[in-house]
Order: sequence, then C-alpha cells, then structure tokens
Amino acid sequence: MADNLLDVRNLKMGATVYPPGEPPRDITIVDGVSFTLEKGRVLGLIGESGAGKSTIGLAAMGYGRGGVEITGGEVFVNGRDILKGGIGALRKLRGKEVCYVAQSAAAAFNPAHRLMDQVVEAALLHGTANRKQAEERAVALFAKLGLPDPEKIGRRYPHQVSGGQLQRVMTAMALCSEPDLIVFDEPTTALDVTTQIDVLAAIKDAIRDFGVAALYITHDLAVVAQVSDEIMVLRNGRQVEHGTTEQVIHRPREDYTKALVSVRSIVHEEKKPTPEPVLKVENITAAYSGTVRVLKNVSVEVHPGQTLAVVGESGSGKSTLARVITGLLPPIEGSVTFAGRELSRALAQRSKDDLRELQMIYQMADVAMNPRQTVGTIIGRPLEFYFGMRGKEKQRRIAELLEEIEMGDGFIDRYPAELSGGQKQRVCIARALAAKPSLIICDEVTSALDPLVADGILKLLLNLQRIENVAYLFITHDLATVKAIADSIAVMYRGEVVRYGSKSEVLKPPFDDYTDLLLSSVPEMELGWLEKAIAGRRMESAGY
Amino acid sequence: MSSLLTLVAQRLALGILLLFAVSIVIFAGTQILPGDVAQSILGQSATPEALANLRRDLGLNDPAHIRYLNWLGGLLTGDLGTALSNGADIGKSIGRRLYNTLFLASVAAVVSVPLAILLGLLAVRYRNRWPDKLISAATLASISLPEFFIGYVLIYFVAVQLGWFPSVATVYDSMSFWQRLSAVALPAATLTLVVLAHMMRMTRAAILNVMQSAYIETAELKGLSGFDIIRKHAFPNAVAPIVNVVMLNLAYLVVGVVVVEVIFVYPGMGQYLVDHVAKRDVPVVQACGLIFAAFYIGLNLVADIVAIVSNPRLRHPK
Repeated sequence: MADNLLDVRNLKMGATVYPPGEPPRDITIVDGVSFTLEKGRVLGLIGESGAGKSTIGLAAMGYGRGGVEITGGEVFVNGRDILKGGIGALRKLRGKEVCYVAQSAAAAFNPAHRLMDQVVEAALLHGTANRKQAEERAVALFAKLGLPDPEKIGRRYPHQVSGGQLQRVMTAMALCSEPDLIVFDEPTTALDVTTQIDVLAAIKDAIRDFGVAALYITHDLAVVAQVSDEIMVLRNGRQVEHGTTEQVIHRPREDYTKALVSVRSIVHEEKKPTPEPVLKVENITAAYSGTVRVLKNVSVEVHPGQTLAVVGESGSGKSTLARVITGLLPPIEGSVTFAGRELSRALAQRSKDDLRELQMIYQMADVAMNPRQTVGTIIGRPLEFYFGMRGKEKQRRIAELLEEIEMGDGFIDRYPAELSGGQKQRVCIARALAAKPSLIICDEVTSALDPLVADGILKLLLNLQRIENVAYLFITHDLATVKAIADSIAVMYRGEVVRYGSKSEVLKPPFDDYTDLLLSSVPEMELGWLEKAIAGRRMESAGY
Repeated sequence: MSSLLTLVAQRLALGILLLFAVSIVIFAGTQILPGDVAQSILGQSATPEALANLRRDLGLNDPAHIRYLNWLGGLLTGDLGTALSNGADIGKSIGRRLYNTLFLASVAAVVSVPLAILLGLLAVRYRNRWPDKLISAATLASISLPEFFIGYVLIYFVAVQLGWFPSVATVYDSMSFWQRLSAVALPAATLTLVVLAHMMRMTRAAILNVMQSAYIETAELKGLSGFDIIRKHAFPNAVAPIVNVVMLNLAYLVVGVVVVEVIFVYPGMGQYLVDHVAKRDVPVVQACGLIFAAFYIGLNLVADIVAIVSNPRLRHPK
C-alpha cells in the first residue's frame, strides 16, 4: 500500500450535456474504475475514442476537461486523497507531483513565450529549483531526449521547431520539475510514423532513467505494448481488462481485447493489372502559388476495380496529387488521362460526366457533410444532380445505397450529428457511390477513426469494390491499411514517387532507404519491437 | 527580422499614401460645400464689385487643381495657410487648440485604457459571475447614454452639488499642470465613460477567445492560479485585437471630442472647427480635417505595427 504512488478507487466521472430542444441531462463518462500504480511503473490506458482514457488520466491531476466532473470515488497520490483538498491543494500537486504531456504539443505550447520559459515555469512556480538550476536541468533533459543543440533550443519559440521536437520538449517540460507521475496523453498520435518511433524511444528511455511513473494513454495497442509494464483496456468508461502487457498482448481474456489485438487482419489478394488503366497520371509537376514544387514529375496508374495506395508522410504531396487529379489544382506540367481521354486541367472545364466518374471521400466525415441536411438529402443530391432522379425512384435508390453501406433505410431522416464517426464515413461512401463513379479518391478516410471502426470501413470498401468494380486511389500514411487493401503502391517522399509497383513488388526487399525507414517504423504488436527497430537503425547508421 | 521591417515599412508607406488620398477628398469636399467666403465676410449688403475684388484677393478664382497644389505645397512646407475670416495664421491658432485637445485626450486615455484592460481581465477572471455581470452592465450603461447627457449629469452632481471641479473647463497659459488637470477633470471623465465599454468588452472577448486554447490547459495543469494564467498566458496572445480597439478609441478621443468640448466650453480643436465651419472658413476646415485624418491614420498605423510586432512568428521567423 505504501508503495502505491497512485491509487484510484471506484472513480466515477460525468458531465451535464445540453442537447438542443431537450432538457439537460447528466451523462456518465467514467464508471467505477479502480487501479493502482507503483513508483516507476508504466500503466497503458487503451481504448477507442469515448472510452474515457484521457478523462481518467486527467483525474490523476484532479482536472476535468470541458465541464467533466469527478462525481464519485477516490484518487490517492502519494497517500493523499487529492479530491479532498480543494483547488489550492490541487494547484500544489499539478506541475509538481504530477505532470502532463498533451497530444498536440504544437497547440499545448504558448506561441508568445520562448520554450525555456515554459519548460522551467512549473519548477519555478513550485519552488523546486531556482532559475539557474531549472535551466541547467532543462538543458540536460533536452540533451537526454535527443534534441538538437540542447544549449540553445530553449531560446526558440514554439513555431521555430518541428512537431516531433516539440513533443520531446514537452516531455522535458514534464520531467523538469521532477514529478513522481507523468500523464502522457497520446503523445505520438499526431506525429508521422518515422518521427513517432524516435519520440517513443526517447520517452521510454526518459521514463526508465528518471524512475518516474507514467500513465500512457493511446488508442494504438502496438504503441502501448512498447512502453508500458501493465495495460488497462477501457470501453465506454468501464474497465474491460487489466493485466501485464505480456498477458494482454499474448493471452487476452476478454473478447473486446481479442478484437483489438487481432485488428487489421484483413487478407486481400492482389489483383493483376489490366491492360487499360482507368486513370493515368503522367509526369505531373505542380505548385501552389510560389516557386516551391509540391509535386515533381509524378506518374502513376490506377486499374479498373483495383486499389492504388499512395503512401507518405505529411508534406509528401499525396493530397496535392488528389487535388491535381480532381482538377482543383491545375498542374504546371503533365497530364491526367481518364478512361483513355485526357481530362481538362481545371475543374471548371470538365464535363458533368467527367465530374461524375471521379468522386472523393475525405478524412473528416463530419465536416464533409452539411450538418443541416438529412442523410437522405445528402445521398440524394448526386442522384438528382447526375441522373435527374426524383420522387419514388430516388427514395428507392437511397434505400438501396444505405443497404449497401450496411446501415439500412432507418437512417434516411437522421442528421449527421446523430451518427457515430464510422456511420458518418459510411454515408460519405454512399454519397460517392451514388454517382456510379469509376474511381473514388479516398483521402485518409480511416485516419480519424478508431481501429475497429476503421477495420469495418476498409472491409466495406473492399466489398463494394467487388460488387461495383470501382477503382480506389487510396491516400494514407498508415502502412497497415496499405497492406490490407492495396493492389499497387506508390511511396511518396517530398513530392516525388520514390517507389512504385504492385503491392508484392513494393513490399519485397531490397528496399530503397526511405521505404525501408517507413516500413521499419510501423509499430508492431510485439514486445521489444521498439528496441529491435532502434537497434536496427543504429547498426545501419554505423555502416553495417 | 528583415521581413518584419519590410512589413512595417509597407504599412508606413500605405499610411502616407492614404493621407494624400484623404487630402484630396477633404479638398474636394470643401469645394462642393455651399456658401461663399467673400459673401460671409462682407455680409449681405456687399456690392458685386467688392465681392469680386475680395474673391480675387483670396485666390478663389484660380482653377481647383491649382488651388489644391498651392494648398498641398503649403502643407508640405509646414504652412497651413491663413484663415479667410480674420487673416490669422492657421498654424499658430491651431497649435494652442491642438495642445488643449491632446491634453484632454491624453488625460482621458491615461485613465481609460488601463482601467478598461483591468476591468476586462477581471471580467474574464470572474466570467459569468457577479463581478463580470456588474462590469459589463455598468460599462454598457455608460456607453448607451449620449455623451452630452453624461456631461450634464456630471456637471450637475460633481460641479454644482458637490463643487469638486469647475463646470466650465476654462484653461489659460499661466495655469499650473495641476490646475489644468482639475479644469479638464469633468470632460475627461465624460470621455472615459464613453470609451470604456468598447475597450473593456473587446479585451474580455479577445482574452476569452484565447482561453479556449490548449496552452491555457497546459498552464492550468502546471498549477498556475487563475489570474496568472490570464496575465501570463492569455493576455500576450490577445494583444493585437486589444491594441486595435484601444487605438480606435484613442483616435476617437482626439477626433470625436466636438460635443464634449462644446458642453464644457473647452478651447480645443473641436470648438475651433465648429466656429469656422459656421463662418465658411474653408482653409481652417481643411486644416482641421487633415489634422484629424492624420491622427486617425497615425494611430491605426501604430495599432497595425504593434499587431505585427506582437506576433512571435513575424518577430522570430524560422
């Protein structure tokens, strides 16, 4: 008992929601969660969005985000019930005994102050160090976390360092006041996969070397398996399973955990390219206003009824390629050929039929739909626009489409706000299908979704491809998705296609440097993967 | 750093260009005003010959663009011309008036700007609780009342009933600074009440907007207290909109004081302008208009530059 740094007993949290047109009601967000954490141990909290994992993490600091309140239970930190002391006592705890590392460091740093001032702020506030000591410690932490130029980086402003570096600075900020516990709230989720692995390794080293305990919150089981000693699986605010990392990964007890562990088990047989591609992109060079070329000499092909996955990190030009193909961004050079005829560069010159043949599905389904239109109106719009359908005929087709996306016609009169994330994306798919296109461009369509939901969407897309013989140009940064659905793959890096071919060719060694880096950075659900991957890299850079 | 200088230089150049444009508009505007200076100087009984002679002497017969260029040339060499009505040098008579107006405006600004920002910070600190509601209600009430009403209410209670300050803001050269301050106390208080609400509401809104940011949560999770969070983390990011509205109100303090000056019989620019509009004294009206415009443009320029400089992305490029 005395060893327990954090002891959460029967924690209950809730909030009052104000649905429009209905009386306010109380909802439960966390329901009866209990766990303990010893000094220097790492507990991974895992679950889908809405599982309450961030809420529980913040409860360890006595904080409720956006009106969430602790409605019951006890939270002991170092043997004290922190919920009993009032706000003054909580302020003494926050930033001193328990520190927080947020998901988006870019947003969590104040743009108006230098990094160093923010890093040492908590230590100075709580009097754990004077300015000189705190800055020395910060510099040592910057070095420890592998930041370039640790002596001087503190003098920079947040916008002057990259996202991966900011995430490390934020970890240094949490460690600077020598806390007993750090709450990591999805610290690597917003990062590119090749950056994530380094930040993950830096965080893991720091946790171990400073003997600090941590709550590590993430939705990615493969990530949490690398850093934590124990894992707690959460769903809808309740704990599903709690055990050692080894047990949860290898011998999950609950069905839900088993589903999480075996996610992305889609097996997709690669199809042979047909003689005539449906879309042919040749030597495209494009730029936004300015001289920087965002795309350089890009050529790819998509075959009917097949999937081309375009993979790359943020800034690699994959979404720009979609904009060029759809005509939103006329290219400087090169051509886009669709079913044997060259498309006009600009959207305004394309015929209605060209527009119909090429549809898009976006990452953020909720902003891609008009919140004031019903599902029926949203799906019915392309039916009217392209085929002039009216009345009964249109209603029947809408019902058919809803059936195809496995939702049923009960949803016709619902508004987007009444749908879950996965259902919203399904409606967007139905809207694209309504135009009977030959090609759908899918721009990161599963990135904003939880793994199990994303899995369902991918299965649906593959199923629809079989029925409708529609081709996909699938833009993603997630290699697991690529492996699941692609027939051919184009790897993009800084505006160029660095590797292109059928899936089996692209994923077969020998790799070029960038593809190798990308592939070796994807976390695998295997204990000790991180150490192996990092060691592999050191060997390479040492010239073996 | 060079991009910052370029931006500031661009703003300055734009300001000067704007001032030229305004000078044309003022000149054109005064040309289409009805009335005739010669007529108003000589009176209704003047003979046509006398009117024609006077017009010629005053240079009113030259074509408009020549008169504009003469006027502009004078302005650029610091000569605002002579008043048609009494032949006095406009530069000299405006100098004293302008000083009085700026004195009054400065007193009002020194009181109102810090007060408005402080009230705004307090309103955020206690948002939706009674201090916030009280501050909002009081400042909105004061902005809703016309300034002449506030002026007379202050005269009645503070000057007549209590006798603390004079009701007529007479100033003369031999007054000491403190005597002057006492003389302008009531007009300055009136102006303060008029501009307070706008600045306070804007401060409140700008800071509340910033309070939604993730870095405010970071500060809260470091254990900072409510007021420290607002002061250290929210305020620096809300400077640009606040400075904008402050400058707009400062410009109003200089340019919009006509009513207040008339109520308190204060010898400033506003009264001077009103007197000479009545006399159809075009050069004076032009000069006053241009000075007002220069203040307006100058203060907004300062707001723009502060907004640029307060942005760390522009101050410290990658």
